[in-house]
Parts: sequence; C-alpha cells; structure tokens
Amino acid sequence: MLLTGAEIVVRCLAEEKVEYVFGYPGGAVLYLYDELFKQDAVRHVLVRHEQAALHAADAYSRSTDRVGVALVTSGPGVTNAITGIATAYMDSIPMVIISGQVPTAAIGQDAFQECDTVGITRPCVKHNFLVKDAKDIASTIKKAFYIAKTGRPGPVLVDIPKDITIAKAEYEYPKSVTMRSYNPIIKGHQGQIKKAVQLLLDAKRPMIYAGGGVILSDCSEQLTKLVRTLGAPCTNTLMGLGAYPATDRQFVGMLGMHGNYEANMAMQYCDVLIAVGARFDDRVIGNPADFARIARKIIHIDIDPSSISKRVKVDVPIVGNLPDVLDDILRLLDGSADRPDQEALGEWWKQIEEWRRRDCLKYKQSDEIIKPQFVIEKLWEVTKGDAFVTSDVGQHQMWAAQYYKFDKPRRWLNSGGLGTMGVGIPYGIGVQLAHPGSPVAVVTGEGSVQMNIQELSTCKQYRIPLKICSLNNRYLGMVRQWQEIIHGNRYSESYMDSLPDFPKLAEAYGHVGMRIEKPGDVEGALREAFKRKNDLVFLDFQVDQTENVYPMVMGGKGLTDMILSSEDL
Amino acid sequence: MRHVISVLIENEAGALSRVSGLFSARGYNIESLTVAPTEDVSLSRMTIISTGSDDIIEQITKQLNKLIEVVKVVDLSEAAHVERELMLIKVRATGKDREELKRVADIFRGRIIDVTDSTYVIELTGNTTKLDSFVGAIDASLILETVRTGVCGIGRGDRILRL
Ligand SMILES: Cc1cc2nc3c(=O)[nH]c(=O)nc-3n(C[C@H](O)[C@H](O)[C@H](O)COP(=O)(O)OP(=O)(O)OC[C@H]3O[C@@H](n4cnc5c(N)ncnc54)[C@H](O)[C@@H]3O)c2cc1C
Ligand SMILES: Cc1ncc(C[n+]2csc(CCOP(=O)(O)OP(=O)(O)O)c2C)c(N)n1
Ligand SMILES: [Mg+2]
Repeated sequence: MLLTGAEIVVRCLAEEKVEYVFGYPGGAVLYLYDELFKQDAVRHVLVRHEQAALHAADAYSRSTDRVGVALVTSGPGVTNAITGIATAYMDSIPMVIISGQVPTAAIGQDAFQECDTVGITRPCVKHNFLVKDAKDIASTIKKAFYIAKTGRPGPVLVDIPKDITIAKAEYEYPKSVTMRSYNPIIKGHQGQIKKAVQLLLDAKRPMIYAGGGVILSDCSEQLTKLVRTLGAPCTNTLMGLGAYPATDRQFVGMLGMHGNYEANMAMQYCDVLIAVGARFDDRVIGNPADFARIARKIIHIDIDPSSISKRVKVDVPIVGNLPDVLDDILRLLDGSADRPDQEALGEWWKQIEEWRRRDCLKYKQSDEIIKPQFVIEKLWEVTKGDAFVTSDVGQHQMWAAQYYKFDKPRRWLNSGGLGTMGVGIPYGIGVQLAHPGSPVAVVTGEGSVQMNIQELSTCKQYRIPLKICSLNNRYLGMVRQWQEIIHGNRYSESYMDSLPDFPKLAEAYGHVGMRIEKPGDVEGALREAFKRKNDLVFLDFQVDQTENVYPMVMGGKGLTDMILSSEDL
Repeated sequence: MRHVISVLIENEAGALSRVSGLFSARGYNIESLTVAPTEDVSLSRMTIISTGSDDIIEQITKQLNKLIEVVKVVDLSEAAHVERELMLIKVRATGKDREELKRVADIFRGRIIDVTDSTYVIELTGNTTKLDSFVGAIDASLILETVRTGVCGIGRGDRILRL
C-alpha cells in the first residue's frame, strides 16, 4: 500500500496501540498533525509547553506498563522537550518521541527552526534515529518501540524531516524486530543464581534492597514472595516505593539520604545484601568508602551490566530480567532442603525493632501551624492509601515519599534521577488519562508548581480532576534546608517572593482553589477536594516555613551518620 | 593501565559520535581512536586506546556494549595481540642531514615516500613506542610536521573478533 510518510507514522502508532500522543504542533510536523486530524484511533493531547508533553507521556508510561508517546516540532519544540527526555532517561522510562525536522535538503544549512536533534538528544536517550527515507519509517518506529521497552527501558527518539512526511512509500508494519547489535539478556546465569540462593539461605542478617527495576518490570509479586520466604527486612529506594507494601511489618522504609534510620542501619550492618533492580545511587549509599567499611556479601540483579559494580563492588552479579531471575531464585528456594536460620533471624529482627523504636519520622505536631508531614499523613488517610500520587521536587517530595505509605507499584511518580522541578502537574495529566476515574494527587511546592503551571489550562481542556496539594512554605525549601545546615543560615535566593494568589490563579484557569491555614482544616479540605470528583482542586496549604526533612545524611557522610532532628545539628 | 579496546559497530552515520560522545560525557580517557569499515562493509571496526583503573575499564566496556549499534567489544590487551600505527613525518632534508635521515629511517625500517630538494616524507609503521623512538632519534629542529593514524590492533592466533 502506497502511503505518505505522515500516514505511515500515524498507522504505526495505531499499530502499537498507542492510546494518547502528547504533543504540540509546528511547521515541521504539520503533515503529521493533518493525519492525526483525519483519524480517531490515536488521540492527541495538546499541552501548553513541550516539556509537559514529555512529562505527561512519561507518566502515562510510569503508571502503566505501556510506552508513552510524545510528538514535537523541530528546533524549539525539541529543545523544550529536552528536560522531559532527560528526566525519563535518568529513571529508565520507556518512551518514544517523534520530532519534526527541517526538510532533508535544508539539514545543515542553519535552516529556520533547525537544530541537530540527534546530536542534542544523544546523551539523554537510549537511542535515536534520523529517518532519511519514507520507506524506513515503519521499521524505524517498530525498532523504537522495541528498544524503548526491552532491556533497561528508556526514551527513544525518531527525528523525521518534513519532506519525508510528504514522500510516499510502500507501507507494511513489521511483525517482529531482530537486531544483531541489540539482544538484551533475559535469563540469569544459573550458576550465579545458585550461589545467590545459598548465600541467602546461609545469611544471619539478610537484607533486601529493591528499586525502580521491580516497578519497571512488574515483579512486585515475586519480590514480595522472596521477602516473605526469607523472612528478611526489605527497603525500597525512592524509585521503588510500592514495589513492596509499605504497611507490611517486614518493610523498613525508604533508605538513603532521607531514608529511615532502620533501613540505613540494616543496609550497613546486614551480612548478605541482595539488590533487586536498584542501582546503588549516590543518594542511597552515602559515602562509598564508608559503605564498604563493613564486610558483607552483596548480590546484585540488574538487566544492565553497567549498573553492576559501578559504585559498589558486588560478590554475585546476576545480569538478567528481574521477573525471570526472581522466578529462578524462588524455585530454587522452594526446592532447597535448607531453611533460613530462624534463630539468627530472630536476633536480627530484635536489632531492627530496636532501631525502629527510634521512630525517625516523628515530628512535633502543632495546633497553630500546619506541619507539611501532617498534610501527607492526612492525604494518605483520606485517600485510604489508594491514590496515584505524583510529586514535584524538593522537601515536599521527600515528605510524600516518607509519609504516604505506598502498598502498590506504579502509584508513586516522581523524578528521582534528574530531580526535575515541574513534573508534578504534567505527571498528573499522564496518570489521570491512563487511569480515568482514579483519584490522583499532585504533591508539590510553591516553587516547583510554577515551573509548569500553564498546564492547568490543559487540565481544563481535557477535564483532568487533579487534587493539587501544594505545601506552600514560601521557600525553595530543599535549598533553604541545605543553606541552613551547611551555609550558616544564609538564605541566598531561596525565598519565594511575590507569589501569586494560587487559589485565585486556579480559579482563573477555571478550577477550584482553596487556601488552608490551620491544622484543624487540613482533613476537611482534603475530604472536600476528593469529593469533588470532576473538579481540579488546588489546595494551597500554608505550611511551616522552616520545617526540615529528617533523617538526613549529609553529602560525603556515611549512610549511618544520620541527622535525626534539629537537635542533632 | 593502558588498554586496547576493539569494537565492532554497525557502519552507520552517527555511530562514531555515539562512541566519542560516551567517552567525553563520562570523562573517560581516550588516547587514540581509529575506525574504518571491515571486509563486511555493514560493519566498522574501531580500536580505542584508553587508560584507567580496572574499574573504569570495566565500565568503559560495559558502556560501549550498551550502545545500541555496538555489536561486540573486546579488550585486546587482556591477552596476546599485535598493535600497529602508521606515521607520516615530513622532515627538512638538506646537506648532510639527507644522508643521516635516510640512515635512521632505514634502521627503523621506514620508507621515504616523497622527496624534494629540501624535504623528505618518511612513512613508518610499528607500535607506538617504535614511532616515539623514531621521533626521538632525529633532530627535533628538522621535523616539519607529523601525522599519525592512531593504533589499530588485532588478537594473536585463534583470538578472532567477528560476528
Ligand atoms: C531531592 C532528592 C532526594 C533524593 N533522596 C533519595 C533518598 O533518600 N533515597 C533514595 O532511594 N533515593 C533518593 N533520591 C533518588 C535518587 O537520586 C535515585 O533516583 C534513586 O535512588 C534511584 O533508584 P533505584 O536505585 O531504584 O534505580 P532506578 O533509577 O529506578 O533504576 C532501576 C534499575 O533497575 C534496572 N532494571 C530496569 N528494568 C529491569 C529489569 N527488567 N530487570 C532487571 N533490572 C532492571 C535498571 O537497569 C536500573 O539499574 C532522591 C532524589 C531527589 C531528587
Ligand atoms: C528544574 C530544577 N531547578 C532547580 C532545582 C534545584 N532544586 C531542588 S529542590 C528545589 C526547591 C523546590 O522548592 P519547592 O518546589 O517550593 O519545594 P520545597 O522544597 O519548598 O518543598 C530546587 C530549587 C531542581 N531540582 N530542578
Ligand atoms: Mg517551597
């Protein structure tokens, strides 16, 4: 069948069962938009800034097991999209981005709205393509989806010059892809897996450290089974929250820079550590030399060999797809005559309970002023722990991670690797479209929310009833916290002056706005907001301006060198 | 430690910049990089000379393998291999220097491939040390320009890098 390039692109997207394309039109993609107009298999969501298109597509992917899709025009369309691409890349989110490019003949001539898209995105995509012939479009898009979602997932960009969208070519969507240079490993090495199982069975103080890989590969069930079988404590990274149920007794909380005391202590003092789809990030292990100070055996399962032994040397590396490797491990555990040493486990748990009694997340409640932690606790109660929660970046993000107890995977969406302020609302858009009717809360700060506030307009157009919980402390709080602790209280450019009247601003966009100033009003406001099922409600919580996030491990310090409260300063 | 890394990579536009971009983005050392198509023109072969601790070299090979277009990566320096580099060196060759330069070139098994009444171009192949020694062996003031290809390497005997 002879079709134009633009027709082919849209057919391919339909073939991939793409439900939504998040995008923004422009000269180089006019023919693509014309084709989108003529069909209704693939729906387009018009954002107000390309960055938001990327974040929304990214969130669509994070909250489902699908590939998110974004469409932007050449030049400024692409440069606006970069932050969104890099955000997805750092958190290994599968996405396909289609970008318009100037006509082939104009490439390299400093043409209007030309930029070297393949060059500018190269460091922040899993792979990218420039299509130079309409007959290559279908196979390239097929490859893009395949590369995005297999192996360690990531964003893949397909750059299509305008003339290619007009040119005609024979269309057939390839049924499968084979690439001699790209064959992600699925099965783990059986010898290594056996070794791992024996180590786990012989452990006296086992510890399970699970990350975003568990969420990305949908194997929470296997992880939970592993944790229960071993009777070991389990911690999740910021990206892994929800991988193991937070309300379970064996969960010791998030670990790392703002992790729980008991989680960090158990990481340091265990004798066998198994890392499951977690990459020993620098925010997680503290000072690597200090981390290595105590001898323990480390097992690391990851699909990306380069994640293994990058910052922390491991004893048993297992390269493979988590669900497959976990199945193998569970099978061997089941079949083994050995059982975990109950006596040793008892001792280990006694120690952990003692650490837990430090109650590291306690904070001083107040009748006068709203504590940000309290808002999250109430949010959890009011939504019965069952909402989708997106977050921006800052203190509010850490409080959301610490106080909202996620029991299910893919419910918590935030930018962990890049730490991109401004993701909150666009993430909400992507999640809500993927899960119509489900409650979606956006936890944000007055700083972050202003980075993509224009998306309130998109929310109006597509009736996206987010519940935006802004923990308004009139500060770039995370920055202020570091300045307080490290820079002698010199609050250089971290005060948010001249803030808009947020409730009124929300109203101006056609939404509902509320300002909450008293602790006693928090719960009522949240209940009222979630009752308004069809309205976007902007809740502007006036919170304690100088509250800090604890525990905290300062840069360069060991993981167990935690500041637990302001009294430790 | 110095390593000789061989890479088989799809012969596609932009593949080279993915490799060089990887080295600069991650701050890896790169002493030289050579690349050309192989007997199968759909594949290119690169030789990269890099230095770093074992941990860094391990990351380099892992990161190279991660590039979608990379087909195979081998650290040649892990076992017996040969390395060669080609140098063209233009020298001022007048008076008694003409004889002396010719003599040194012969000792190093170099060939004079261009002659004018005042210059020679000498072609020399060998490993890096040999080329360095040659440059050291002639009077520095006579050297007009040098150009080197960078090292290419291959495993000895049965060590074969192919599809
Ligand atoms: C302000 C701020 C503070 C932060 N503080 C903390 C903190 O206190 N604690 C914390 O934990 N983080 C914190 N972070 C986040 C941190 O920067 C990292 O993003 C995070 O720790 C990484 O999580 P992860 O190790 O689970 O890896 P991810 O980035 O989620 O990576 C997933 C890993 O799983 C692997 N994988 C993917 N798919 C598969 C598969 N199918 N099979 C096998 N493996 C697979 C990948 O290769 C990768 O190695 C903070 C971020 C910000 C912005
Ligand atoms: C795009 C971007 N710019 C700068 C930063 C650095 N940064 C991290 S947290 C933060 C403050 C966020 O302030 P706010 O949204 O009000 O959240 P709070 O910390 O007050 O809860 C800043 C500026 C960032 N993460 N992202
Ligand atoms: Mg703030």
